[in-house]
Amino acid sequence: MSQNNRPDPKMNKSTHLPRKRFYRARAHSNPLSDSHFPVPITPSHVDYSLHYPHFFPSNDVISTHQATSSGVHSKKIQFADIGCGFGGLLVNLATLFPETLMIGMELRDKVTEYVRERILALRKANLGQYQNISVVRTNSMKYIPNFFEKGQLSKMFFLFPDPHFKEKNHRRRVISPHLLDEYAYTLEVGGIIYTITDVEELGEWMKACLEGHPLFEAITEEELKADPIVSLLISATEEGQKVARNGGQTFQAVYRRIAVSEEE
Amino acid sequence: MAETAIEEGETNKEMEVAPALIAVHPLEKSVAVAAGAELRVFDLEGDSPVSLLDDSGGPLHADSIRAIRFGAKGRLFASAGDDKLVKIWTTDSWRCLHTVCSEKRVSAVAISNDGLFVCFADKFGVVWVVSLDGEEGNQPLVNKKAAPILAHYCSIITSLEFSPDGRFIISADRDFKIRVTIFPKKPFKGAHEIQSFCLGHTEFVSCLAFPCTPDYSQGFLLSGGGDSTVRLWDMTSGSLLHTCEVGVQAELVESNGDEVCHPAVTAICTFPVGSLIAVAIQSLHGVMLLNCDLSSRILSVAKVVSMGDIFIATSLGVSSAGRLWMITGASNILGPNFTSLARVKVLAGFQMSSNPESSENEPVMLEDTDIPGGEKVLEKLQGSLLSAKEEKALAAATEAVKMAMRNLLIKKQYSEDRRELRKKSRNDRKLKQ
Ligand SMILES: C[S@@+](CC[C@H](N)C(=O)[O-])C[C@H]1O[C@@H](n2cnc3c(N)ncnc32)[C@H](O)[C@@H]1O
Repeated sequence: MSQNNRPDPKMNKSTHLPRKRFYRARAHSNPLSDSHFPVPITPSHVDYSLHYPHFFPSNDVISTHQATSSGVHSKKIQFADIGCGFGGLLVNLATLFPETLMIGMELRDKVTEYVRERILALRKANLGQYQNISVVRTNSMKYIPNFFEKGQLSKMFFLFPDPHFKEKNHRRRVISPHLLDEYAYTLEVGGIIYTITDVEELGEWMKACLEGHPLFEAITEEELKADPIVSLLISATEEGQKVARNGGQTFQAVYRRIAVSEEE
Repeated sequence: MAETAIEEGETNKEMEVAPALIAVHPLEKSVAVAAGAELRVFDLEGDSPVSLLDDSGGPLHADSIRAIRFGAKGRLFASAGDDKLVKIWTTDSWRCLHTVCSEKRVSAVAISNDGLFVCFADKFGVVWVVSLDGEEGNQPLVNKKAAPILAHYCSIITSLEFSPDGRFIISADRDFKIRVTIFPKKPFKGAHEIQSFCLGHTEFVSCLAFPCTPDYSQGFLLSGGGDSTVRLWDMTSGSLLHTCEVGVQAELVESNGDEVCHPAVTAICTFPVGSLIAVAIQSLHGVMLLNCDLSSRILSVAKVVSMGDIFIATSLGVSSAGRLWMITGASNILGPNFTSLARVKVLAGFQMSSNPESSENEPVMLEDTDIPGGEKVLEKLQGSLLSAKEEKALAAATEAVKMAMRNLLIKKQYSEDRRELRKKSRNDRKLKQ
């Protein structure tokens, strides 16, 4: 760092990471309200050079705000953390799967900004690392098809989503029978959807939705044990850590995207 | 929560301006018009106006009709709209077979090609299915139960179509999106398998149509939108094949200051044979004809048929007789008590054989006395023959339709201040409740 760089009050001086209290936001955003953020017209309009400059060096500054000239990306995002909150899962997965591109999708503006700063700081402090993770502010319930092609993702995460207790607000839940159709479209056959919550009723709801969907099947206990990601569901995310600190219970449902059976 | 009322599409309860709609029987046996809550049908074959029979007990329609259509074979007809009712009619006797109650206002309706299912979309983005199976004939009216089969999360569905081969159900929405879903054999379990999304429109999608092909195996789809374009898609893959900037081509795109105004494409009609398609555009006095060349996959403007300065078509209908039926008009223009205003015109002479030799004939506008059925058809469909003064009022009516559509479908870009204000006023309302 050059000497005349004044310290940024939003950054922690010892860790050089952004301080959360400057990015605090309303607890909940309404996923139904009209959008005030740009949405890519199609997945080929997602600007990979902006999100992953290390993997996609942009040689043409002017074109960065348009689709890449060819319209196809040589390497595509494969993991999506939906409602990523403060980004703990992404940060943990980044080094576990250094060659896999991942994105967090977050509705709240300030929270997204925090994650963005966090990733930039990590990239700066750990040269060559954390280049494969990024974040975008969007309403995942509306715009997933604008970001990913059919069968593009191999993993989707829904960790500690907002519970929306009232019956009337169940349709705001990020896991629902209709939204699962879109997640099934986005996941490749064999792809995995991870869900976890500390709210028992929501846990049952998410499990019931997945169980009732013809394009998903439950993953066996043995497979769950062998999957290194499963333990991260609690340990890696801010919300999971909070629950663990308070000794709370969690309810997870992990399902695989399966092919359409012929008799359907 | 009060705030959701505004944001979820169920806007203010006052009567909204609704465009006049037209639908033509596939063999031109009859023509139907919806003007506000009123459904008007003329039997062209029998040469007489139709009295609709509905012994379901309730009213016919109590609020603006938003969608009307004939089934592929012309045996069935469906009407639906803001009164949350879907009515399914048999066109033999024009008796209402079923009245389905929707939970929300209905924005689009489709009849499966085999006539076994009716699907409808509500203003919360949910598509529902009802079965007509085995209940033909004289069985008593059943209050049909609809089941949800798919949803566009919290969007307004603007158009709903079965693909000509019956494989897909296609739904278009306010969020620039077209979803192509496999229509399952057992739709009551839901339509879970998404074939593709056709993405490329940069404003709401307003209408869908299928170009005519000898067999529909290629899966071509046409769409029109609030971005003043007509687009050609391969719906199997979702790829955009061509975009025709119809607004620019018709010199309708205006820029006042830094705001560019794109008149929306409101209807697309394809003919049973030939490569011509008819396009209605807000602000265009007349109708635009496009050439849809499927071998090179290119849409190009063939011509603009101009119709003076009082006819901006709000809806189009086509028959195998090579005639394009057009309507302009609106209801509730000056509030709920002012009834509707509608004007029907017919363009004839479209190519009706696949023999390219016979494609010489140019479409011509028919005089009122020359349209099939003559002036009494107009009297029925328009409600009356219009006076010169009323004809003049049509321009204002279509302007009102345009505004209503913009208000409903175009995303409002609020400044930070306005947004804060909106939040506050919503909270105020919450307190009062
Ligand atoms: C309780 S937090 C959990 C965050 C994180 N997954 C964790 O475990 O720490 C839920 C997050 O989902 C976000 N969210 C809610 N609805 C969303 C939507 N429709 N699209 C994107 N993010 C959403 C919220 O803003 C919130 O940050």
